[in-house]
Amino acid sequence: MLRTYLVLLICQAAGDIIHQLAGLPLSGPLIGMVLLLVVLTIRGGASEEFRRSGQATLGYLSLFFVPPGVGIMEHLALIRAQWLTMLLAVIISTVLAMISGAIVMQSVNRLHRRSRARVLLGASVDKGEAANECPHRHRGCPVP
Amino acid sequence: MNALTATAAVLSHNPVFGVVVTLAAYEAGCWIQRRCGGSPLANPVLISVVLIIFGLETCQISYDVYLRGGSLIRFLLGPATVALALPIYSNAARIREAAPGILAGVTGGGTVACASAVGIAWLLGAPPELLRSIAPKSVTTPIAIGISEQINGLPSLTSVLVITSGIVGAMLSGRLYEWIGVRDWEVRGLATGIAAHGIGTAQMLSVNETAGAFAGLAIGLTGLFTAILLPVVMLLL
Repeated sequence: MLRTYLVLLICQAAGDIIHQLAGLPLSGPLIGMVLLLVVLTIRGGASEEFRRSGQATLGYLSLFFVPPGVGIMEHLALIRAQWLTMLLAVIISTVLAMISGAIVMQSVNRLHRRSRARVLLGASVDKGEAANECPHRHRGCPVP
Repeated sequence: MNALTATAAVLSHNPVFGVVVTLAAYEAGCWIQRRCGGSPLANPVLISVVLIIFGLETCQISYDVYLRGGSLIRFLLGPATVALALPIYSNAARIREAAPGILAGVTGGGTVACASAVGIAWLLGAPPELLRSIAPKSVTTPIAIGISEQINGLPSLTSVLVITSGIVGAMLSGRLYEWIGVRDWEVRGLATGIAAHGIGTAQMLSVNETAGAFAGLAIGLTGLFTAILLPVVMLLL
């Protein structure tokens, strides 16, 4: 637990330093996340202990947003004048962003998988095998 | 000094007050969510924020007094964000496989998030400073505040809009994907991370680890994309 937090905080501190020095638009903790990802890749994974306490921390992720959320009370006067406009704009645009993000990723995934399946099919045709004997290992396989 | 004022003095100067209030309200929020069958609509962040603001306003306690303890809990957001590397690492193969879809989704969803928020607020007659403050509302708070400052928005208003977007996105993430027929957890996670940053990611992690990994990835990518896109667009306008 202690060692996990030490590693997480060292990554965050390094991220903060990089953020300050390099002027990257990413925040310190997000740069720290990338650094930890690099460390995990080099090490070939995390220790059992690290994984367990890291996941326990992530289990409370939403708790850590409560104090910033309470900060809304500081701006009640600012909000009062335009609250309906703000709420409508936030709700509608959040829905639109979720739908468009999901639809775009899903469509590109399908195209990508289809083109990869076609490459695989093309390879099997070259070997003289029947094109319609695709093993259906790929989602969105064009062969019925 | 009687017992009551002594209690009040201890509570208002001691960080333990803010910590206890936050943990108690969060426990209440989680309990209510369980009672609602785990529905994302009963968002524990929303419930605890409403409970705490109501309590503080009723007892006339300022946000600064609350924050003496609240800031200790807020501090943990940093290491928790770093820890998102864990689910991302264990889903690395899926992420590599879906890379074109991820990049396209972040570009499309991130653009729609900014453009639709500004467009709708403009249609509803919002003043220019609100338009500038709402543009980065889908991005995680520290990045959004930086963008807001850069494009002459009001950073404090932006942080309110960011939190609201996160809560709204987390609440809607349950039903919305069923309605539009999106079943893939990778896609659900990415889209929630694009629109609802960390709060949406917390909701996704509580349902599915892969969805949480894709949401965590989307926080960083959407932040980066928006931080580059918005100042450039503002220069061109």
